[in-house]
Amino acid sequence: MKVEPNARYSKEHEWVRKEGDLFVYGITDHAQDQLSDIVYIELPNVGESFSAGEIICVVESVKAAADLYLPIAGEIVEIHEALIDTPEVLNSDPYEEGWIVKFKAADPADWDNLLSPQDYENLVEEE
Amino acid sequence: MPYIPNTKANQKEMLAAIGISAMKDLFNDVPEAYRYPELKLPKAASEIEILDELYRIALKNSTTGCFATFLGAGAYNHFVPSVIPSLAGRGEFLTAYTPYQPEVSQGTLQAIFEYQSMVAELTGMEVVNASHYDGATSMAEAAIMSVNVSNYKRRKIVVSPSIHPQYRETLRTYLPGKQVEIGGDEDHAVGLVELKGMLDGDTACLIVQNPTFFGELLDVDGLADAVHSCGALLVVVTNPITSLGLFKPPGEYGADIVVAEGQPFGAGLNFGGPYLGVFAARQKLVRKMPGRLVGETTDTEGRRGYVLTLSTREQHIRREKATSNICTNQGLIALMAAMYLAYMGKSGLRSVAEMCYHKAHYAAGEIDKLDGFSVLAERPFFNEFVVQCPQPVAEINASLLESGILGGYDLQKDYPDRKNQMLVSVTELNTRQQIDHLVDTLGSIGSVQ
Repeated sequence: MKVEPNARYSKEHEWVRKEGDLFVYGITDHAQDQLSDIVYIELPNVGESFSAGEIICVVESVKAAADLYLPIAGEIVEIHEALIDTPEVLNSDPYEEGWIVKFKAADPADWDNLLSPQDYENLVEEE
Repeated sequence: MPYIPNTKANQKEMLAAIGISAMKDLFNDVPEAYRYPELKLPKAASEIEILDELYRIALKNSTTGCFATFLGAGAYNHFVPSVIPSLAGRGEFLTAYTPYQPEVSQGTLQAIFEYQSMVAELTGMEVVNASHYDGATSMAEAAIMSVNVSNYKRRKIVVSPSIHPQYRETLRTYLPGKQVEIGGDEDHAVGLVELKGMLDGDTACLIVQNPTFFGELLDVDGLADAVHSCGALLVVVTNPITSLGLFKPPGEYGADIVVAEGQPFGAGLNFGGPYLGVFAARQKLVRKMPGRLVGETTDTEGRRGYVLTLSTREQHIRREKATSNICTNQGLIALMAAMYLAYMGKSGLRSVAEMCYHKAHYAAGEIDKLDGFSVLAERPFFNEFVVQCPQPVAEINASLLESGILGGYDLQKDYPDRKNQMLVSVTELNTRQQIDHLVDTLGSIGSVQ
């Protein structure tokens, strides 16, 4: 399992990385591995706001459909529309090409409360 | 041997758990007089006697073949070619449960795929599901889908009053748990202009019927644009027989979801069911579409095959977030529709539609000439039209029945302001003689006035 050192993590297997004033969001390598081949993603709209832990989109793989949650409150600034046509990127490169949305956090300090890469690795091992 | 696995001790324990002392206390809510009625059954009869009695009872029934039928209003007396019951009745197809497993059901799956493909062509839409129970449930599913497409941000459904009243009733029965507001049809005089005015940012969809319940064709110019400009979907309830060739199919005037009663496609009247819920949508909405969907694929050796596809929308995978709680289809009737469409072909279906249209217009023209009767058709119509009668429709229908005619639908039942108005339906099965007989009989009723 790959873990991206610059990102922070949620218990729901999502990552969040700082990029200037914004945050980038995606699913972890472990999540894509568990889902197996992803065939579809339903993205939120730019401008939509979500509270912490709210469902922001849905991914479908050949064996399951899963809700994705935004771990910290924020407003969507950019969505990765190319994923609609090439959802397989979520499997092949979940931390870079497979980013899902960029958002503005309601309180950027919330990011510090997410799991560190080490904490996340421990969590996955325990599972 | 009655198979009741629990012991006396088990039963006692269960009764104690729910706080009663004896099994018979479970029936306390049934009035005592009805609890253990004495059945006054006649003495056992022989098979010969039973068959004789049943035959005499069956003679009291009348079927459409006994009358000249002018009753439609959602269920139509179309011709069912003999090939359909004879093929659909084969043991390979005639099962109570539709088998979807690809390894054993290629025939059924291919038939559904063909049904979907032909209906897509007829409606002018891109995707068609494997079908629902009937036209009314298809319409209710379309409303739910529209709300789903908006991710539950839009919860208003605007419905035209010229949609079949039973469809609107089904919609309201189907949706109470969804916190959805349904309106638009409270005032029966409301038309497209007023309906467009009701659309707003909370509107998930506008539902119209075309041809309407009264048989008229809507002026659909600009309708889809008006609906889409406020971010809602256009749902069209249609009669699938009208679409091919004769009139523009809903897909061509911008419908996002098309639903229909598929009964005219070779299903027969069947005393009111089973019928067939046709459901079609735009490709971009397929992930939100309810119901089963059959797709064409290839196996590991490159051979063509058919499988259920996009099942992640469905309840067995997505649980409470599924697009619908329908995990089945109306398999046998969809199969019959596929057979009907394949058997009739493009030109056959078109000639059915043309016969319906021309015979209905001949009937309307003749009825309109009668004293006391007038045809109320402000817009072009297909095979149904409204007749203003000189007396209550129930009385007229009673007289018609005596002359071997099953009269039209009494509109006053659902639309109190439509006093003495009869909805008359004409299909390819109505002969010139039948129509002339109807006109003569109506004429003699009118002249008695």
